[in-house]
Amino acid sequence: MSGTFLGMPAFPEAARTSVHNPTLRANIRHATHTIRTKRAAAVAELDDWAELREAGKQIKEHTLRHLDRYLVQLEEAVTAAGGTVHWAADADEANRIVTELVRATGESEVVKVKSMATQEIGLNEALEAAGIAAYETDLAELIVQLGEDRPSHILVPAIHRNRGEIRDIFRREMGRWGRAAPDGLSDEPAQLAEAARLHLREKFLRAKVAVSGANFMVAETGTLVVVESEGNGRMCLTLPETLISVAGIEKVVPTWRDLEVFLQTLPRSSTAERMNPYTSMWTGTTPGDGPRNFHLVLLDNGRTDTLADEVGRQALRCIRCSACLNVCPVYERAGGHAYGSVYPGPIGAILSPQLRGTQSEIDASLPYASSLCGACYDVCPVAIDIPEVLVHLREQVAEQPGHRLERAAMGAAAKAFDHPSVLAAGQRLASLTRRLHPSKLPGPGRAWSESRDLPAFPAESFRTWFKRQERRKREEGTR
Amino acid sequence: MRVALFATCVNDALYPSTAIATVKLLERLGVQVDFPAAQTCCGQPQYNTGYRRQTEPLVRRMGRAFEGYDHVVTPSGSCAAMVRDHYPRIARRGSDPRLTAVSESLVPRMYELTEFLVDVLGVTDVGAYFPYKVTYHPSCHGLRMLGLGDRPTRLLRAVKGLELIELPGADECCGFGGTFAVKNPDVSVAMGEDKVRNAASTGAGVLCGADNSCLMHIGGILHRQDSPQRALHLAEILACTEEEPLT
Repeated sequence: MSGTFLGMPAFPEAARTSVHNPTLRANIRHATHTIRTKRAAAVAELDDWAELREAGKQIKEHTLRHLDRYLVQLEEAVTAAGGTVHWAADADEANRIVTELVRATGESEVVKVKSMATQEIGLNEALEAAGIAAYETDLAELIVQLGEDRPSHILVPAIHRNRGEIRDIFRREMGRWGRAAPDGLSDEPAQLAEAARLHLREKFLRAKVAVSGANFMVAETGTLVVVESEGNGRMCLTLPETLISVAGIEKVVPTWRDLEVFLQTLPRSSTAERMNPYTSMWTGTTPGDGPRNFHLVLLDNGRTDTLADEVGRQALRCIRCSACLNVCPVYERAGGHAYGSVYPGPIGAILSPQLRGTQSEIDASLPYASSLCGACYDVCPVAIDIPEVLVHLREQVAEQPGHRLERAAMGAAAKAFDHPSVLAAGQRLASLTRRLHPSKLPGPGRAWSESRDLPAFPAESFRTWFKRQERRKREEGTR
Repeated sequence: MRVALFATCVNDALYPSTAIATVKLLERLGVQVDFPAAQTCCGQPQYNTGYRRQTEPLVRRMGRAFEGYDHVVTPSGSCAAMVRDHYPRIARRGSDPRLTAVSESLVPRMYELTEFLVDVLGVTDVGAYFPYKVTYHPSCHGLRMLGLGDRPTRLLRAVKGLELIELPGADECCGFGGTFAVKNPDVSVAMGEDKVRNAASTGAGVLCGADNSCLMHIGGILHRQDSPQRALHLAEILACTEEEPLT
């Protein structure tokens, strides 16, 4: 149901629709401004935020540099604790592994913990094609799934919906998938949450198989960590007989001690909480307690390629907190869907083109979906210099076919700027003809003048003025 | 003291009044200002659009143009940040040792105007007179890359007659973003319109900034909307005196 975004138009076209949708703009503006203010307060409480941020960056950098070693250590630890580790090079392989694992249990439905990795690979669609129903149990993911919609935010997938829209979706759709919404359901948050609780409880108690992701995987012990707010994750991770976790290979950290940093920075950056309500940790299987079978699917899906890029690899430090989305002025106006990926916003603009390549129209447009204002870098708890990576990816895209005209124009401008006399002559010509300049530009310049006037061209350039001044001063000096 | 003015290509061609104001202001403070004519553009448009290699000759040109000056002063946070943040990167990724030499030599000598005034000259009251209500938009590169902090507003507060009104959502980007403005015009204009709405809510007659490229975008929207508010560079306000008011 949560589509895989194939055939998305380029970002500017997709964003145009959302920019002119007042309800969407209001929903996202309200939500992002609320959470960004709270985050700022939660972060300001800590005297050592800068040190935590630096530590998070260093831990991730170190782990990525020795990823081969830590992944093998993780596999050994998980196996020793009674789990089974599977390696998936890409989305298809991961989907195949999970489908076969579910089939082997004889079940035809699974409950799901909110997980970006399974969204990324389109697991729900793959399971559906195999006749297996996957039920999202995170409230926002449930809203998205019931609405046959797509997530538009990493942490708050239904951020683009308001209460009234959610009530309508619950009333209309819940009955088709299980327990229907109560009669007379209003748009009161408490009532909506209760409707979801009743609907989901049925699924938790029935499910034999759960699918999750992981926020962190500890190499030294083979422990997986899921951080959440609603308790639905805890249900999925403890009630079913079989647990299948799909996690990107970059989610590994060397030791338990490293969690000290991220369990502080992640909740404060994402939900602006000092501590998140539920932190579930499990190590393989434990007889008589929790799932009897545990499978870990380690997902590459473009991560090794990303790791090979010196500048771009910092994107793999991301802990999916969404702070960059919540401060991004472009995300706020374009909305999450315009990014054509389960990873929207600034982090999506550098992650998707690296994981998927820059060949498609949408992926080639994502590095330009930013004014390079730098607000994202400021709030990132692992100090990913998103603007730096964006510019780096633009360089990659500019090498591709389709940028011939732009490359020529940039080259010509650089040449003119390397010849001040040519530049000065051009400026003089422009000044002489300034009354003839059109107020609206033709061709690509229309993108500017559609909604903005051009400045009036001055009678003379600064260069000319300065020369005149110098001459006057010299003449005055010799007199 | 003798400094080199890096006027920037935008000011040279489109906003000479800002560069002229910078010269008058600095001369009034006893600084001798040179304009090395070999200067053109720092290369930011090329670099930020993904044309790093086309930027290299401009980096070398900047190095030549400003050789021998202890202080290079520019009335643009964005262009100062281009030199300070990106020249080292261009040098690191390029193969020409001259790029490294330029970067190492120029980076510590490059000052944005308000940094030069406050940090080097040690002045906040520049003896200006500007009897109007003003609101200030801190452009992103000055704010986040250079960390200009309250230098611009300290200078503005010291201007005689000037009433500074805080701009709501001041630290949000105006939506210019170089080629972003034409590659993503809808989002760019939506951001600009929100900025202009916030500026209008202050009731100020002047929306002041320290980067004319942003002001070109904001001013372009103000003009299109027939707004009575005027976008004006900080240098032009600081250059005004009772004897020589704004023309």
